[in-house]
Amino acid sequence: MTIKEIQNDIIDEFSMFEDWEERYQYMIDLGKTLPLIDEQFKTENNIIKGCQSKVWVHAEMQDDKVVFTADSDAIITKGIIAILIRVFSDQSPKDIIEADTTFIDEIGLKEHLSPTRANGLVSMIKQLKMYAIAYQTQLN
Amino acid sequence: MAFKVDEIRKDFPILSRKVNGKPLIYLDNAATSQTPQQVINVIVDYYSNYNANIHRGVHALSQEATDKYEHARHTIQAHFNAKHNHEIILTSGTTHGINLVANGFSSFLKKGDEVIVSALEHHSNIVPWQMLCERSGATLKVIPMNEEGELVMSEYDKLLSDKTKLVFVNHISNALGTINPIEDIIKKAHHFGAAVLVDGAQACPHLKPDLQALNVDFYVASAHKMCGPTGVGMLYGKEEWLRKLPPYQGGGEMIAEVTFEKTTYADLPHKFEAGTPNICGGIAFGAAIDYMNHIGFDSIAKYEHELLEYATKKLLEIDGLRIYGTAKNKTSVISFNLENVHPYDVGTILDKMGIAVRTGHHCAQPIMDFYKIPGTVRASFAFYNTRQEVDIFVEAVKKAKMMLS
Repeated sequence: MTIKEIQNDIIDEFSMFEDWEERYQYMIDLGKTLPLIDEQFKTENNIIKGCQSKVWVHAEMQDDKVVFTADSDAIITKGIIAILIRVFSDQSPKDIIEADTTFIDEIGLKEHLSPTRANGLVSMIKQLKMYAIAYQTQLN
Repeated sequence: MAFKVDEIRKDFPILSRKVNGKPLIYLDNAATSQTPQQVINVIVDYYSNYNANIHRGVHALSQEATDKYEHARHTIQAHFNAKHNHEIILTSGTTHGINLVANGFSSFLKKGDEVIVSALEHHSNIVPWQMLCERSGATLKVIPMNEEGELVMSEYDKLLSDKTKLVFVNHISNALGTINPIEDIIKKAHHFGAAVLVDGAQACPHLKPDLQALNVDFYVASAHKMCGPTGVGMLYGKEEWLRKLPPYQGGGEMIAEVTFEKTTYADLPHKFEAGTPNICGGIAFGAAIDYMNHIGFDSIAKYEHELLEYATKKLLEIDGLRIYGTAKNKTSVISFNLENVHPYDVGTILDKMGIAVRTGHHCAQPIMDFYKIPGTVRASFAFYNTRQEVDIFVEAVKKAKMMLS
């Protein structure tokens, strides 16, 4: 599936929730269930320090696609990471570089991607794109 | 006389707004307090009627603004019981005051001298001293804390010596609410000839320090923690110290005469007030102090203490909730965590229910490292909070616990 298709799926899923509680409970459950990163990659090098929560990101290239794994010490942050990974991982570097994240506004989670929130998510998206740019350079 | 909190709440327009569809419950008072209409009116009046630059104009507006600004300085002096009016320096806030003193001390300190700070400090209270020590070659020593979040005074005694030149401690810890025994700290430091700077940012919303009785050398505070606007605060310094300290910033207002060969500095307090100050802020600071005195610090302290005890008791009924900072002598701040739950998650859920708390390390990472936690949820109460708000808050914490664990 393309990034846009995945984003549209997520928007559809979130449209079924009636209030913030259902949305947040869904994210919390996502955060609880998914094993998002191999412990060996939770290193200082892979850490993005937010003031509020920490985020770890690891990237590798598999068959010309970038596979991301990530984690956070806060569960709501982790739930949002699960959504971002679903969108960005296993895509070509070019598609990742060109993708936007406006779908986050549509699913009512905009506040979590505010640069002033300091939870590491904005830096994480930047980091995902940086990895994609680096891999794109390698491919060229 | 009963504390009329319902009447007091009417003074604060912001308390009737909604957040995320719920009535706002504002429990982030240690970060900044809300502003009563009486202070807002002063700000509106300034810009509507007599906005002008001070201390230099011959015209009526400038005179009026100068009079009101200097009147505010008198209000501050009287409130803190400083001996002289010119011992009150109006600053941009607590951090500015601390940097002013730290910068001045860099010319007094030499290699081998020691500066003592406490383990309970805010980052803004650690970094300027680290910078000072780097510049001067002095050594930074730290008074440790115990599990309750109190300073270990027997260790303080051991750190003090003839090498000690300056002791710096907050009056009340922002992260835990501990009230530090500053009288004792000041007395002991003076015994070794060291100066003491106390950060009163967290104390001034809750109590009224008597600076002459404390015999403190420097004391700093911010208006925005005590019902005033942001961007203004005060530095108190004993006259003898302020005369010794070199000016911090150069600019207009702080000079007497300027030629290209030599500049002579203005007298106190203007020597430390370079440039156009926050005139409106200074005047509103005075109004905020008047407002709080009108309610009365004794009544405020008593009411807040009751709220603290009530909230503490209710919160501790929640299984797996731990409070950090359990000093006997503390102010209305509760720092806590739910077992195996990240504070950021709790704060996010509370926000959805219209409740404003602070989460994170509260710019006091050494304290968080001591407890080996990433941070806490901090609820800090003011005199305009109510028991009903505490009830709603406690129910919201229970709900967060249910959703998150």
